[in-house]
Amino acid sequence: MFENLTDRLERSFKILKGEGKITEINVAETVKDIRKALIEADVNYKVAKSFTDDIKRKALGMNVLTAVKPGQLMVKLVHDELAALMGGKAEDIDLSGNPSVILIAGLQGSGKTTFSAKLANYLKSKKGKHPMLVAGDVYRPAAIEQLKVLGEQINVPVFTIPDSKDPVSIAKDAIKEAKKNGQDVVIIDTAGRLAIDEEMMKEVESIKKAVSPNEILFVVDSMTGQDAVNTAKEFNDRLDFNGVVLTKLDGDTRGGAALSIRAVVDKPIKFVSTGEKMETLDVFHPDRMADRILGM
Amino acid sequence: AGKTKVDDDVLDDLEESLISADVGVETTLRIIERIQKRAKEEKYLNTSELNNILKSEILSMLAENTAPESKDPVQATKPYVIMVVGVNGVGKTTTIGKLAYMFKNQGKKVLLGAADTFRAAAVDQLTIWAERVDVPIVKQQMGADPASVAFDTLKSAVSNDIDVVIIDTAGRLHNKVNLMNELSKIRRVMQKLLPDAPHEVLLVLDGSTGQNAFMQAKEFTSATDVTAMALTKLDGTAKGGVVLGISDQFKIPVKYIGVGEKMTDLKIFDRTEFVESLFRNV
Ligand SMILES: Nc1nc2c(ncn2[C@@H]2O[C@H](COP(=O)(O)OP(=O)(O)OP(=O)(O)O)[C@@H](O)[C@H]2O)c(=O)[nH]1
Ligand SMILES: Nc1nc2c(ncn2[C@@H]2O[C@H](COP(=O)(O)OP(=O)(O)OP(=O)(O)O)[C@@H](O)[C@H]2O)c(=O)[nH]1
Ligand SMILES: [K+]
Ligand SMILES: [Mg+2]
Ligand SMILES: [Mg+2]
Repeated sequence: MFENLTDRLERSFKILKGEGKITEINVAETVKDIRKALIEADVNYKVAKSFTDDIKRKALGMNVLTAVKPGQLMVKLVHDELAALMGGKAEDIDLSGNPSVILIAGLQGSGKTTFSAKLANYLKSKKGKHPMLVAGDVYRPAAIEQLKVLGEQINVPVFTIPDSKDPVSIAKDAIKEAKKNGQDVVIIDTAGRLAIDEEMMKEVESIKKAVSPNEILFVVDSMTGQDAVNTAKEFNDRLDFNGVVLTKLDGDTRGGAALSIRAVVDKPIKFVSTGEKMETLDVFHPDRMADRILGM
Repeated sequence: AGKTKVDDDVLDDLEESLISADVGVETTLRIIERIQKRAKEEKYLNTSELNNILKSEILSMLAENTAPESKDPVQATKPYVIMVVGVNGVGKTTTIGKLAYMFKNQGKKVLLGAADTFRAAAVDQLTIWAERVDVPIVKQQMGADPASVAFDTLKSAVSNDIDVVIIDTAGRLHNKVNLMNELSKIRRVMQKLLPDAPHEVLLVLDGSTGQNAFMQAKEFTSATDVTAMALTKLDGTAKGGVVLGISDQFKIPVKYIGVGEKMTDLKIFDRTEFVESLFRNV
């Protein structure tokens, strides 16, 4: 949608240098370009603003303007800061429980059910675990059937209580069942819910309270726009989740939501989902994400 | 006393509201430029005048629905075929359930076609919606050719005197060429039976989607000639402002909005109400 950021900044610095009076104001102009690029990539408006304010300070401190290729240096600075902000303490998921309980939550259609099955598949094939999937979405038409079909594909048992409308007791019973059968990880899929849906947010809080999960993962569609911060904040306030899963990254979205969420809730992005097939799950690479947001 | 130019703080606030509603940088700047221009021409502007100009500028960006209420296209063509498309998880199947309910309440005979034969339990999901609304459905087994399901659905519609056919399709990301070609194929196969079908291609966009919706609109339009959009999940805090630029650039009207998961949670898009909601604080 816009030209390569490096080229653009290089060009504007060239113009500035030609004028022979490179000042703080000039840097501010370039920083504006960067801010615009971030917002176009769906980074939240406020997050982009405070991020670029930091960049401006750092750029001036680095004497970016006396560099031979100031545009390149500036882009590298932005890129490295982005990666640092989204990366850092990338912890593995906690599998120390017996069984380990993983609770999955997020907005409608974000990719929770698909991710639940992918995670089960990953833990089974890569970590030698014996997972169980739990159908905790009792609302969406055919949600249980969907999880069953996926469970069958990957050969992982799916726990359900037919006709039950109570996700809390489904989750509790599932854990008992897992203990009985020697399953060491329990992954609880839940219904999609809006952060402002009080009743549904209370429900997921109750599930958390009932099963004390080792890990709560917030699943978010990487195409999400400005609202990502509101949603992530509300889910985090309610659930204090451990990590984020970014889905549908096989698309061509810039994925600025990743930065926004990290900035607002300061929780690590643990997995990325890149397709509808069961094997399309990856760990998060902050470096790649920074490239993507900048369109590089 | 009046001012000859709109003051910068006001414009900054405006910029923030628009960007925060996912309107996007380019479109926001365009709107602001237009307002500045009009403010200059009209010399005098107080806040309420500014607001009116703002709203009228934004209204003018939203493509007019091509079908005036008086001439119901669904009445004129029989069967009227709607194909529903969009990326994964935006709310296609749910919107179909809601549409079926709406048309049925208008006294029309509705038939659903389960042409998402790919996603786990997609056929089951649409079947449950068909039962809820109490309308018939045409389906084949999972993995069947979606074009063949669509064809069967149309054939059944013709022989059963159906008024409205709604075809569900699998969610697909617009950058996947094979999957986009599949949509063109579904279209072509339907046209073997009804040369004008589909009479409507409804692109469903998730209201919480950011600027990527632009790419979605672009690619789906070029693969299937999208004729209208539905914007879902507006019952949340997201505003769906990205449709402003899309509607303006591609001249595609937003026809429906989704405001919940129940069959009654579909509304006809109201431009004025939408523009108001863009500036409503959450
Ligand atoms: N292309 C792509 N599609 C995905 C990915 N993850 C999920 N999907 C698709 O997105 C759609 C929604 O996924 P679900 O797993 O049903 O989402 P959910 O969050 O469980 O949805 P609800 O239960 O309705 O809230 C389905 O069509 C999935 O196949 C991904 O990483 N890439
Ligand atoms: N809050 C809210 N949820 C909605 C709305 N429309 C759909 N949903 C929910 O969004 C999720 C996905 O809806 P689907 O209808 O399955 O979406 P889809 O586009 O058919 O998904 P795929 O076929 O997997 O690509 C479900 O949980 C729906 O209940 C809406 O207007 N508001
Ligand atoms: K809303
Ligand atoms: Mg689900
Ligand atoms: Mg569907």
